[in-house]
Amino acid sequence: MGRIVLNNVTKSFGETQVIPPLDLTIEDGEFAVFVGPSGCGKSTLLRMIAGLEDLTSGDIEIDGENVTETPPSKRGLAMVFQSYALYPHMSVRKNIGFPLRMEGLDQAEIDKKVEAAAQSLNLMDYLDRKPAALSGGQRQRVAIGRAIVRNPSAFLFDEPLSNLDAALRVGMRLEISEMHERMKTTMIYVTHDQVEAMTMADKIVVLQAGVIEQVGSPLELYHKPRNVFVAGFIGSPKMNIFSGPAAEALGAHTVGIRPEHTDVSMTEGTWKGTVGVAEHLGSDTFIHVHDTGLADMVTVRISGDISVKHGDTIYLTPQADQLHKFDAQGMRVE
Amino acid sequence: MAIVAQSSKFGTYGRPILAWAVGLLFFFPIFYMVMTSFKTDADAVKPEFLFFFTPTLDNYLNMAENYDYWRFAKNSVITAVLATVFTMFVGIPAAYAMAFNPSRATKDVLMWMLSTKMLPAAAVLYPMIYLAKGIGLYDTKVLIVTVLSLINLPIAIWMLFTYFKEIPKDIIEAGKMDGVNTWGEIKEILVPLAWGGIASTALLIFIFCWNEAYWTVRLTTIDAATLSKLIEGNRAPEGLFFGRLSAVSTAAVGPIVVLGWFCQKQLVQGLTFGAVK
Ligand SMILES: Nc1ncnc2c1ncn2[C@@H]1O[C@H](COP(=O)(O)OP(=O)(O)OP(=O)(O)O)[C@@H](O)[C@H]1O
Ligand SMILES: [Mg+2]
Repeated sequence: MGRIVLNNVTKSFGETQVIPPLDLTIEDGEFAVFVGPSGCGKSTLLRMIAGLEDLTSGDIEIDGENVTETPPSKRGLAMVFQSYALYPHMSVRKNIGFPLRMEGLDQAEIDKKVEAAAQSLNLMDYLDRKPAALSGGQRQRVAIGRAIVRNPSAFLFDEPLSNLDAALRVGMRLEISEMHERMKTTMIYVTHDQVEAMTMADKIVVLQAGVIEQVGSPLELYHKPRNVFVAGFIGSPKMNIFSGPAAEALGAHTVGIRPEHTDVSMTEGTWKGTVGVAEHLGSDTFIHVHDTGLADMVTVRISGDISVKHGDTIYLTPQADQLHKFDAQGMRVE
Repeated sequence: MAIVAQSSKFGTYGRPILAWAVGLLFFFPIFYMVMTSFKTDADAVKPEFLFFFTPTLDNYLNMAENYDYWRFAKNSVITAVLATVFTMFVGIPAAYAMAFNPSRATKDVLMWMLSTKMLPAAAVLYPMIYLAKGIGLYDTKVLIVTVLSLINLPIAIWMLFTYFKEIPKDIIEAGKMDGVNTWGEIKEILVPLAWGGIASTALLIFIFCWNEAYWTVRLTTIDAATLSKLIEGNRAPEGLFFGRLSAVSTAAVGPIVVLGWFCQKQLVQGLTFGAVK
């Protein structure tokens, strides 16, 4: 069980308010991802749930119980840190077994659970090494092992993959997703990588300056961003967003169109521009277009290859049903 | 190239020679004291017998006969050990709190503790003596342990604070998430991780306690008198018995010099706050 509810939670460091009043519910078994630009308060929010940071006001419930004043050790949550935070003086075996030892389990049972966790994380060969003798990816596994052994009511992850190289990151991402499918335990995952957010989450919480801009499933956020900020933040490459006469012609203050929802022609179309760079990925082509009169640069994505090069004149046509329209306040209009 | 060769030559020969010279310079008084302790009082003041003399054990035999060296030594051991233990017992949690849960006042508290070391001890001598006598603790080990602990606590806390600061906060927080309480954090994580620093601090505090003379001499007469008092007592009013004084001093500092010799590495680390690895 692990249903987490934040009621009217705020946080200030001295005079500066980092989190204005905020409400949020994370359902039992959900994979929730906090995503947002650097400094928006993701870690602070996670640490408040963990109990590592005091609340300035408001309260937090876990499974209906108010834990606002409960110390972290008594909240039944497990956390994986960006820095891994392994105990350098203990072997991998001791590290993973540590929370169980603190719980007062007997040694035989600890050994059994540690080995089971190590087995599932491919750590059997490293059990007697110290963390210093492990690679980054192995350390990350140990940190995860230490979190899973004691069946917490929820897992908290603070950018756990950001210290790994790209290939390893994708691998670990899949492993964590699969772990969630298997265990069905609540997970809260902090990242500033929107690809991680899109691929892993059941529910994404987009934050900006401590304010929740939108909460929803990845596809909800993709198809119906509530405002300009979410529209620009979710999706890769970024949505093209423009205001002014071109937007007014489409009947809105601000208009957004995703790169993949723009058709390309060399002869005719709604907007005319000049190719700046064309990135050929084989499966897709990203074309960055200048001088469209919309924004400094418009990006389009077309599947397959197309032979365009720097300086070519190109015509772009948005798919009409994929346009996102926003009012002067930046809020979505249907 | 020439410069590299030269500097490496200095590295191989010059530096060790320099180090030995400085070392001998500092060691000379101790050497001189030990040497003098084997001279008769008469020989001790004669320059012609500076290095060449007939060694004698008289001073040591005399000391063994006339003073109860072991009683003083026992007091020194007891007070220094207890004061060190007590200092660490208070200092570790205090430094832990300031390193990992700092408040707005932490910096000021640290400065204030340091400032107590700037107070001239003589300024509080009489208040201390009256206080000690008033509460009936004058010349007791309890008093000496208390005083030694209190005068060394600021240094201990400063040193420990510096070591603890080097431990990443995440590791302590991971401990909290893994279900340890405050005492567990200290016992399971902090102490094992900062063990080198804690040992250096304890060793240094022990040496300070052992060598302390200002208060131990003035707050004791017989019952709680330490080796410092024994040396002080040999500044005999009848004249200067250098031989005898040297024997007593040698016997008093001997244990600590031996201890220091065996713990050199820890001490160097302690005094440089871990800068030398
Ligand atoms: N102990 C602190 N004292 C003062 N301000 C703090 C403290 N911790 C965080 N902040 C401020 O709170 C804000 C949110 O910080 P937080 O670490 O939660 O950001 P984040 O979203 O996790 O960013 P990142 O993606 O860079 O990790 C930042 O502006 C930061 O400067
Ligand atoms: Mg962060």
